[in-house]
Amino acid sequence: MKPNRLANSLVVAAGLVTVFPLYWMVLSALKPDGELTSADPRPWTWAPTLDNFRDALGVSGFGRYFLNSLLVAVVVVLLSAGVAFLAAVALTRFRFRFRTTVLVMFLVAQMVPIEALTIPLFFLVRDLGTVAPGLGLSSLGSLMLVNLAFSLPFAIWMLRGFVAAVPESLEEAARLDGASRFTVLWRIVFPLVAPGLAATSVFSFITSWNDFVFAKTLILDTDHQTLPAALLVFFKPDENDWGGIMAASTLMTLPVLLFFVLVQRHLVSGLGGAVKD
Amino acid sequence: MPGPIVLLRRRVPAPVWLLLPAALVLVPLFGYPMYQLGLLSVLDFGQPQASGGVPATLAGLANYTQLLGDRQFWDVLLQTLVFAGGCVLATLAVGGALAVLLTRAGRRSRLFLMFAALGAWAAPAMTGSTVWMFLLDTNSGLVNEILGTTGHNWMYDKWPAFVIVGAVVVWHSFPFVMITLYAGIQAIPVSVLEAAKLDGASAFATARLVLLPMLRPLLVIVVIQSVIWDFKVFTQIYVMTTGGGIAGQNLVLNVYAYQQAFASSDYSLGAAIGVLMTLILLAVTALYIRALRRSGEEL
Repeated sequence: MKPNRLANSLVVAAGLVTVFPLYWMVLSALKPDGELTSADPRPWTWAPTLDNFRDALGVSGFGRYFLNSLLVAVVVVLLSAGVAFLAAVALTRFRFRFRTTVLVMFLVAQMVPIEALTIPLFFLVRDLGTVAPGLGLSSLGSLMLVNLAFSLPFAIWMLRGFVAAVPESLEEAARLDGASRFTVLWRIVFPLVAPGLAATSVFSFITSWNDFVFAKTLILDTDHQTLPAALLVFFKPDENDWGGIMAASTLMTLPVLLFFVLVQRHLVSGLGGAVKD
Repeated sequence: MPGPIVLLRRRVPAPVWLLLPAALVLVPLFGYPMYQLGLLSVLDFGQPQASGGVPATLAGLANYTQLLGDRQFWDVLLQTLVFAGGCVLATLAVGGALAVLLTRAGRRSRLFLMFAALGAWAAPAMTGSTVWMFLLDTNSGLVNEILGTTGHNWMYDKWPAFVIVGAVVVWHSFPFVMITLYAGIQAIPVSVLEAAKLDGASAFATARLVLLPMLRPLLVIVVIQSVIWDFKVFTQIYVMTTGGGIAGQNLVLNVYAYQQAFASSDYSLGAAIGVLMTLILLAVTALYIRALRRSGEEL
């Protein structure tokens, strides 16, 4: 179909509106302090500076929160990839009783309002802390556990499609050649599912990286805070340090943005197939 | 078809071993809290009980009757429905319209909007909130600067605040709708559209009689997914209206439950709100599963 002029300009306009807040965020983070609060806001700056980033990372301790967030997210991604892979194999390669029940439960788990679940989870983690302090309140371990649990249902659900796409004949051939079940899983299925696993991992990463409510509820000290909840500390009743807030927001957005661009092809995989032929 | 897989099953219950790690994580950290949420909602559990000094007593359905007899609960429920409904409609309208426009646009403009949308989609709810708060800031916000209304607080009145938070939610969620529907439209074979054209169908008739029915399963998934997301909005409301607005005027169920529990230390009342919310979402999920089945996706 030939491009339509009107459609073209509308699409470009929509793109500009959509990208503008992100542009403004990065721009404000780079603006020197004087320009930020000037009465004449310009959509560019002639004196870009990294001062806001330096302040956020140094003075406000965002470097530490960044590392906390990263540590939690990486552990969640690694554990969730392994656990989800095994579960996805079970759910695609075997027919067993309650299989549909298990699947429906994974779907339902994605719908549960997790903010309400923080109420019992708060007490659970508190009690856990009396036994294992590394997993109690104000520990990164508690965030790892909770985020792992809440990223798993979606990871398993998404990974199913990727496992199903691996031809079973490959596994059968390996079995006939005398490979053990573990060898088949590890040497045959795992490498073939790896791209799907990468895409799934991005979502686990984002779930954990973006998590605000668990960090706010379970982490009570400043040392173990992660980025989203720490950002709230920047807000002061009268005068907000917008340069610092925008720099911190930029730091928080960049890794996610990068990952999204990397896996954008997989974002709608499986959904496009739902169109009737 | 009796393949080797069937033989495998007969020897060892492999699925059990494969599902065991997932169960070890999900049963204590997901299943048990769900049970606890239900339990808390029928207890009398406030700050004294939480500190461990006083044993919790059974309250029966007292929390629920208190909730259902409370004017504020009904207000919050109503505004949650209006807010979520508005967000869903706006997200679908924007996402759907742009998906159609994308099919008519040139390659470069299309890629530009796609990547812009990817950015909005990827932006964490937290940073989306902070950026929009900065744009609308009372004293140094760009919007007030441009409109010449410096000093105007956009979040002061109830419905303007809801509309602004809603706009941020739509900004975050329309990309999913747009990209999914665009992929769906692209997946429709060109031959079908050509056949409609040969039969003399107008563009409108083609859209209504060919495109819409073919996209219907996808539309259902997108609608229900949006309902579930927008019904559960938390971060944007919590951050942008600082915990639910002036005197709680911008509370939605999710934030209401959280505030009852952690701000007012009425954990059992918060849990009861959580249970009611879960029930509503379960009903929506049941519809979702039915839609998935109908669209031919094998569970």
